[in-house]
Amino acid sequence: MIRRAYGLDQPVIVQFGNWVAKAAVGDFGESYFFKQRVSELIGARLPITLTLGLVGLAIAAVVSIPLGVLAAVRESTAIDRAVQVVALIGQAMPSFWLGLILMIVFGIKLAWLPVSGTGTWQHYVMPGIVLAFSAIPALTRLTRSGMIQALASDYIRTARAKGLSSGSILIKHALRNAAIPVVAIATVQLGFMLGGSIVIETVFALHGVGFLAWESIGKNDFPVVQAVVLVLALIYVGLTLLADMINAVLDPRLRSA
Amino acid sequence: MSAVAEPARLAHRRRLPGGIGRWVGTGLGGVIVGAAVLVALLAPWIVPHDPFAQDLPKRLLPPFWMDGYDGIHVFGTDQLGRDYLSRLIYGARISMLIGVSTVVTSGLIGITLGVVGGYAGGRVDDAVLFAITTRLSIPVVLVALAVVGLFGSSLSLLALTLGLLLWDRFAVVARSTTMQVRQLDYVAAAWCAGCSRVHILLREVLPNIASHLAVVATLEMALAILLEAALSFLGLGVPPPLPSWGLMIAEAKGYMFFTPWVIMIPGVALFVLVFGINLLGDGLRDLLGARADP
Amino acid sequence: MTEALLEVDRLRVEFGDEVAAVRGASLTVARGEVHCLVGESGCGKSVLALAVMNLLARRGRRAAERLRFAGRDLLALPDRAMARLRGDRLAMIFQEPTTSLNPAYTVGSQMIEVLRRHRGAPRAVARDRAVELLGRVGITAPGMRLGQFPHQLSGGLRQRVMIAMALMCEPDLLIADEPTTALDVTVQAQILRLLAGLQRDLGLGILLITHDLGLVARVAHRVSVMYAGEIVESAPTAALFAAPRHPYTRGLLACVPVPGKVRRDQPLGAIPGVVPRLMPGFQGCAFRARCGHAAPECASAVPRRPAGATHDYLCRLPADWVRLEPAA
Ligand SMILES: Nc1ncnc2c1ncn2[C@@H]1O[C@H](COP(=O)(O)OP(=O)(O)OP(=O)(O)O)[C@@H](O)[C@H]1O
Ligand SMILES: [Mg+2]
Repeated sequence: MIRRAYGLDQPVIVQFGNWVAKAAVGDFGESYFFKQRVSELIGARLPITLTLGLVGLAIAAVVSIPLGVLAAVRESTAIDRAVQVVALIGQAMPSFWLGLILMIVFGIKLAWLPVSGTGTWQHYVMPGIVLAFSAIPALTRLTRSGMIQALASDYIRTARAKGLSSGSILIKHALRNAAIPVVAIATVQLGFMLGGSIVIETVFALHGVGFLAWESIGKNDFPVVQAVVLVLALIYVGLTLLADMINAVLDPRLRSA
Repeated sequence: MSAVAEPARLAHRRRLPGGIGRWVGTGLGGVIVGAAVLVALLAPWIVPHDPFAQDLPKRLLPPFWMDGYDGIHVFGTDQLGRDYLSRLIYGARISMLIGVSTVVTSGLIGITLGVVGGYAGGRVDDAVLFAITTRLSIPVVLVALAVVGLFGSSLSLLALTLGLLLWDRFAVVARSTTMQVRQLDYVAAAWCAGCSRVHILLREVLPNIASHLAVVATLEMALAILLEAALSFLGLGVPPPLPSWGLMIAEAKGYMFFTPWVIMIPGVALFVLVFGINLLGDGLRDLLGARADP
Repeated sequence: MTEALLEVDRLRVEFGDEVAAVRGASLTVARGEVHCLVGESGCGKSVLALAVMNLLARRGRRAAERLRFAGRDLLALPDRAMARLRGDRLAMIFQEPTTSLNPAYTVGSQMIEVLRRHRGAPRAVARDRAVELLGRVGITAPGMRLGQFPHQLSGGLRQRVMIAMALMCEPDLLIADEPTTALDVTVQAQILRLLAGLQRDLGLGILLITHDLGLVARVAHRVSVMYAGEIVESAPTAALFAAPRHPYTRGLLACVPVPGKVRRDQPLGAIPGVVPRLMPGFQGCAFRARCGHAAPECASAVPRRPAGATHDYLCRLPADWVRLEPAA
């Protein structure tokens, strides 16, 4: 009976074909477990994951851009090496483990932040920090190499010849150009971060789509899992297109072409 | 003239001797990875205790640097009284196994796709690019979790799944470097001399892009090890009682507020191994990159 | 002439331990004077100019007996004070007009920021000044150009913009590093006429770096000839062309086709050989390997000889050697 109601008596390929046809019009079917339309479930959880992603990206940007600029300005010095080591440390940090450590330190020992759950903005701080770690290495390296290239260019020499202050040279003239690829990559990175947020949402019991997917996998609720995979893939594709658009806006040479 | 030659004024600011820092990092990475390989290979002979033997009265014994160390279990015991050091050593075996098998599988897929696309160009290359883009849009962790959820957790399934998912960077790098190598004279010459395509790809192209691929391999290995730990942590990776480091952390999670070392020890091991692999990859990039420069 | 605006005395610039780009070069630019610096590619002209501006690449180190601008000691000037001077009293335009403007900002905003930085001028005032100067350097529809990005302009226009930008604060000295080499011939002539006109109208001192001796003959008051990091000869233009003393200068001048005197059978240009790249610590005359008058003593320190009140050169040969041995 139940198998028939869900169409599970049909061959897998037919089931998948039906699912794709319906998904194309935003109908992901019904959840076996929640007894609710999958589209509604995801619609309710997606804002949480997107918020987490944006918080993580913002933290990553706030850390990476100054670090990358510093490393570029002090290229080939001990400071530059130190920044590169920081990037390597970020790359090697297991996110779920970092999450647990933050929980112990800030959740229990210092009791500054809620250990887990969803609700207030405080619930996004620790997961956001952990998520940021996954983007910091790439963004730092990119900022560094972009700044090194920008600082060596002729227009920076012109800016210095004009007697501009070092702040204006660094930020207005060099960083503005170095930022073009960084912003584009950061946009794409957000797509990866949303995909990776499943681990972090689970660690912190933050009820976004990642947590939803984890729950659903445990309950063999495959309509939900399929839908989350598809939605995340679509978001990624959308973000790559957005990255191209942002590039065009930031780079005047692309704008008028 | 000599009046002008004030060496002090012309003295150049001392820079960090670029070589030394690099060599220290690369050496450290090499030592860490080498040690991990040895430990993984020799695990059955070097463990002080049976990593699976439970001893419930001796649960959660503290490690040697803490009060209450019993002089027998160097890193203490877990919540079932199993020797933590022995489990850690077997965990290295699992991490290295996953890392190596993933790199082999994903390397085969990615390098084949990348080299063929980069060498053939045209329609074939378009198809390869499409495959790479599609692969990038797939959320890896989620799909791996779903596969394991669907088929049940096992070490070999996990290794295969990660191998089938993590080939994108191999393909991207193999494709772009092959395109560069294809332009080189001697490859063109071999082509003109009537060598077969397979021969050219294997004999002329692959050796020339190998150094780049070696760097990618370290990155992918580190990523696979981290992913395995994360999946096992979420309960959808290596099945218990196997001592994966991620699983050890998951199992100890309930005790971490009282005895934080239960998650510190496997976590630090995981961090150090991945850090070492990345250091090695970074050093490799510089060394090989410098030599690859014409 | 009148008061010295820029005094460079035995300037040395080295990059690392391998390259001595400028090796004790001295020159003086008087207020309102056009001083041309000539020499083959790679002899250190750009490096000398950048050293004066304190804009050397990070590896570059400078030292000098004296480096003064309008009475101020540039060597003792802190970086901040030097930055205040640059773009205000002391301006420079570069060899590469295509890459010297920031691609991310409009021409207008790049011009305006100079006046805002040094004069704190309101935006509108700075804009008016930018329009005026763009008109002055011969750009039509300057108001429209202000809103354009560098990539929308041709090479000639960009170099005009660079010149206009350098003039925003009415500097006392303009260093122009081969402002026309990247441009085609008709544009070259326009830009040079423009610079000459500005010098006359504004009383600007110009240090003009160039390969083009024809140009030198037309616009320069004074010429310094540079070879392998040294000023080998310096003289008022007329004196230099009439009676060059250094064998290298004579070689250079022999390369210039003088109308009516061109001999068809003689290959144009080229003293045989190239400018050597010298390591710090090089001794003797750098030209001796290419010189027809080289003697053993050229390997030791070479004297600087006067050939009149305002003419000197760096060679073992006496001032009257030319008369003793006229060029064939
Ligand atoms: N950043 C640098 N690092 C090392 N060497 C340099 C650097 N900049 C210039 N040099 C060297 O200094 C010497 C003089 O260069 P410079 O650019 O001043 O020549 P130039 O006379 O301006 O030539 P051109 O007419 O081609 O512009 C060259 O040998 C050059 O290789
Ligand atoms: Mg030059």
